Amino acid sequence: MIKGIAITTVWVLDQDRARDFYTEKLGLEVRTDMTMGGDKGMRWLTVGAKDQPDVEMTLMVPGPPGLDPESAEAMRTLVSKGVLGVAVLATDDIHRDYELLKAKGVEFLMEPQERPYGTEAILRDDSGNWFSLTQRSEQIDLSKDWGECVDPM
Amino acid sequence: MRRLRLAKDAMDRDWAEPLDLDAVSAHAGYSRFHFVRAFKDAYGQTPGQYLSRRRIERAQELLRTANLSVTEICALVGFSSLGTFSTRFKRQTGLTPTEYRARHAPRGAGHIPGCYAMLWNGGFPLRRDGGQGRDRDRDQGRDQDRNSGEAD
Repeated sequence: MIKGIAITTVWVLDQDRARDFYTEKLGLEVRTDMTMGGDKGMRWLTVGAKDQPDVEMTLMVPGPPGLDPESAEAMRTLVSKGVLGVAVLATDDIHRDYELLKAKGVEFLMEPQERPYGTEAILRDDSGNWFSLTQRSEQIDLSKDWGECVDPM
Repeated sequence: MRRLRLAKDAMDRDWAEPLDLDAVSAHAGYSRFHFVRAFKDAYGQTPGQYLSRRRIERAQELLRTANLSVTEICALVGFSSLGTFSTRFKRQTGLTPTEYRARHAPRGAGHIPGCYAMLWNGGFPLRRDGGQGRDRDRDQGRDQDRNSGEAD
């Protein structure tokens, strides 16, 4: 039986810069930072939220051994292009965190907005991945009809 | 590619500002003509189409939630012409701004999830019409390229 989600991968363009961004800007902690297979091996770098010890994100640079050169290039393009959404980050006070993160220079694409499931803002990491920052409401607001707002284009 | 994304992000974030093509292409550090071409290659829409779409999305939100006239909302989201705003609004939502408000205002805020909006605008070509999307984009492109030099 699967017990939970332990680690998920985030493709970043530079692990040193990503480590700084995720710790100093987002306030996550480094869980592991080691290189497997000698100096030229794969750097295994994971970060997580202080209050959630059993979930980590591994910050990986597109390349070997996981990706062949062509796939790595394609992945770098998608990340730089900014189309990859990675995760929803949970907060208990979105307006405070929005101001805090913005003051630290985190780039936001959307200020906090009311949604049926809570209040949500959108931010980018320094590579181009986007994250939703969400303060969930207790219950989904089913009095709102989402369907008719689907863009018909 | 990163510079194109910075320009796109500026449109996502500063949609209410009087962004014109010069301002947006400056974010990318490209000349305007090179920028329009590169942006469209990357994201499947011209910068003008993209910005217009984001502004209409915000207008939908304001029409549902804010006690403002259509003209005020038109200006707030960054359109300089009410006619252009109404035309684009109808093209995107299927309703005029007034019809849209009449139908949706009682239900208030919160229709479009932010991450949905991001995914929808993520730059993948729209394929709802069975793969004809790129051709249609191209046809509309001429019209939109002309307009993307304006504030809308």
